[in-house]
Amino acid sequence: MAHLTHSPSEPTGLRSLVADWSADREAFKVPCGKAMMWIFLLSDTFIFGCFLTGYMTERMASPVPWPNASEVFALTIGNAKIPLILIAIMTFVLISSSGTMAMAVNCAYRKDRAKTAALMFATAAFGVMFVSMQAFEWTKLIVHEGIRPWGNPLGAAQFGACFFMITGFHGLHVSAGVIYLLTVATKVLKGRYEESGNYQIVEIAGLYWHFVDLVWVFIFAFFYLW
Amino acid sequence: MAYAEHHAPQSFWTKYVWSQDHKVIAVQYTITAILVGLVALVLSDLMRMQIGFPGRLAFIDANHYYQFVTMHGMIMVIYLLTALFLGGFGNYLIPLMVGARDMVFPFLNMLSYWVYLLAVLILMASFFVPGGPTGAGWTLYPPQAILPGTPGSDGGIVLMLISLVTFIVAATMGGLNYVTTVLQARTQGMTLMRLPLTVWGIFVASIMALLAFPALFVSGVMMLFDKLLGTSFFMPAMVSMGQTLAYKGGSPILFQHLFWFFGHPEVYIVALPAFGIVSDLLSVHARKNIFGYRMMVWAIVIIGALSFVVWAHHMYVSGMNPYFGFFFATTTLIIAVPTAIKVYNWLLTLWRGNLHLTTPMLFALGFISTFAIGGLTGLFLGNVSTDIPLSNTYFVVAHFHMVMGVSPILAIFGGIYHWYPKVTGRLLNETLGKLHFWVTFLGTYAIYFPMHYLGILGMPRRYYAYPNYEFIPPSAQYLNAFITVAALIVGVCQLVFIYNLIRSVFNGQPAGPNPWGAASLEWQTPHTPPQHGNWGPALPQVHRWPYDYSVPEADADFLPQTSTSPLTIDEATHGHGDKP
Ligand code: HEM
Ligand SMILES: [Cu+2]
Repeated sequence: MAHLTHSPSEPTGLRSLVADWSADREAFKVPCGKAMMWIFLLSDTFIFGCFLTGYMTERMASPVPWPNASEVFALTIGNAKIPLILIAIMTFVLISSSGTMAMAVNCAYRKDRAKTAALMFATAAFGVMFVSMQAFEWTKLIVHEGIRPWGNPLGAAQFGACFFMITGFHGLHVSAGVIYLLTVATKVLKGRYEESGNYQIVEIAGLYWHFVDLVWVFIFAFFYLW
Repeated sequence: MAYAEHHAPQSFWTKYVWSQDHKVIAVQYTITAILVGLVALVLSDLMRMQIGFPGRLAFIDANHYYQFVTMHGMIMVIYLLTALFLGGFGNYLIPLMVGARDMVFPFLNMLSYWVYLLAVLILMASFFVPGGPTGAGWTLYPPQAILPGTPGSDGGIVLMLISLVTFIVAATMGGLNYVTTVLQARTQGMTLMRLPLTVWGIFVASIMALLAFPALFVSGVMMLFDKLLGTSFFMPAMVSMGQTLAYKGGSPILFQHLFWFFGHPEVYIVALPAFGIVSDLLSVHARKNIFGYRMMVWAIVIIGALSFVVWAHHMYVSGMNPYFGFFFATTTLIIAVPTAIKVYNWLLTLWRGNLHLTTPMLFALGFISTFAIGGLTGLFLGNVSTDIPLSNTYFVVAHFHMVMGVSPILAIFGGIYHWYPKVTGRLLNETLGKLHFWVTFLGTYAIYFPMHYLGILGMPRRYYAYPNYEFIPPSAQYLNAFITVAALIVGVCQLVFIYNLIRSVFNGQPAGPNPWGAASLEWQTPHTPPQHGNWGPALPQVHRWPYDYSVPEADADFLPQTSTSPLTIDEATHGHGDKP
């Protein structure tokens, strides 16, 4: 009837997978902060997923045609109207910031304080550049094209509504990320993590930053290339 | 986190108000949720007065009725049940049951409560703005929710949406903590497959909350923009009260999809913790191991996953492609399988158990009964062809109250009677408890059983009065009056419970560390109530699952999870399938 607790037969197959996953103490061999960031980003993915699904539905349901992306998002430089030029630069800036962020994480692993902080400041600077260019684009759409959340002389009213809402929400994420990066970078510079030698926080901030970049790729594809 | 670093807070303010201790936060959540739940209870009795005795309370006009329906539904579902299960039970039980000193991020946890309180206050403020709270129904469907003609379409709906968004922020901060704590902060020996089912239920529900609330968040933000900025996300071109509106081209159906993508999982966000709690109560008070532990875990996980692909069964009458109807009806009915497994396993747990009919046990048994009834009527509503004639009748009201109103509430009551001794060190009064149980349990049947019949007669829900409905026989009014009397009795009976809660803090019989003889970890703390840090100098070590009751040849009738005895009846520990 009764059995010995300490005579486990090794599970096999699917059960071994379960057993590995459900081992005691930690399901993932990472610090809590990192695990929590992952879970948060998963939740945030659902937020952006809902926003973008909503946008697609609005666009497909709209009885009025959507403005032509290569025209609304074009910039007149000199005399030439260049489609998507601003957005190309913005995307380039944001992708570069992911590069500097990855390098910062690498330096943090090597406990190179000065370099880590410098690269994080660079990342934040790219972020600020991105948000400023976004502000420029908004100004252009609002002032020059007359597009508003509630109306749009070039076509469906939902265009402005979706655009401002979703890029705005993403821009808030970038701005929050900049503040987050600046805080962590300052602490790194001051040697706050010297004692513990634990620079995980840089990687956690990096996770967030890469996520925000990744989301941008989707926004870019759905708004500017569709 | 070393124990020495944990300075126990000293002053009253840091200890009980700005506390980062999960146990205090849990109590704060619970008290707040119960208080706002009482508001919802009063609203329900006011509604019943109007339905049972039309015109008797002269101040209830049609607009008030809509506002009461809306606020009652929303408070019950979100601010009472969700907050109490996750913020209350989750906060108290997770660290104690997994053997942690606290949640992994105590500060965030504290913030979660204060933001929740803010959400509640914003919601309550909507009672006092001009026009009153929103009367759009708890589903808040646009376009009507934000147009004149619906009560509270100005301040009311705006405050409701802001309050919901605030609540989501709070729930996210809490949920991240609960999930991370379960995943990463278990004590030595506490594998996932040794967690009590209560933790499993709350854990999966927290994950679901993190994935489902985003849809409500997004729809809330979009509706706020429609209301405040004049965007037309959900607003088609239309004429309202003789005026052509500026809105055009939006999709009201999109809101319904977003709302129910949140709304259906929400049903399980409040059901899964209830499943878990009931499983544990049955096992403890029947002195038997839970039947089919692994199956129970998998059922929780599978129900949680499936509940994300059934949402459109709430939209059959909104019109949809017949293939979609087929898809959503099928997935809906598939959920019945793991759910039925759970019910069978509960019954098999009871089979030949040594049942102690304590108050918590009575509530757990009551849960099985109401949940099974509510689940059965769900089959009618899950099928397109039978749903269409029943939709928007009192049959629906009866169904969802049985399955997601009464059942989770019974589980909450059971849980409170069960864990109150751990929280306060004193038992709740059993006589009052049994009185509370029988009145509530029989009362809810008296309220909701006749409603099924009214629904089949075709009595529509969300109606303030029923003039000119010749097809409803006059006798229905007797039933309605009967239901109202029952509802009033049940409502008053909750005061007995509140009285018991308050009185027992001071006068309850001292409980000792483990009054029910329970095996799970929270009953093995060195102090009752547990002190700051929960475990004294050393964390507990876990050697077994939490269900070793009536183990043959063992000395005691249960073996706590910390016991090192070689005896166990956990099948998973010694290979699989080989029967004892
Ligand atoms: C004794 C307890 C309760 C009574 C007497 C009661 C009564 C009512 C009444 C009279 C209505 C309005 C029916 C109509 O006109 O359509 C209603 C609606 C509702 N109730 Fe309850 N209720 C109780 C408990 C609960 C609980 C615990 C929940 C938690 C889930 C709940 C959730 C709802 C919801 C979601 C609605 C629908 C609101 C709407 O139509 O927008 N109720 N209830
Ligand atoms: Cu549903």
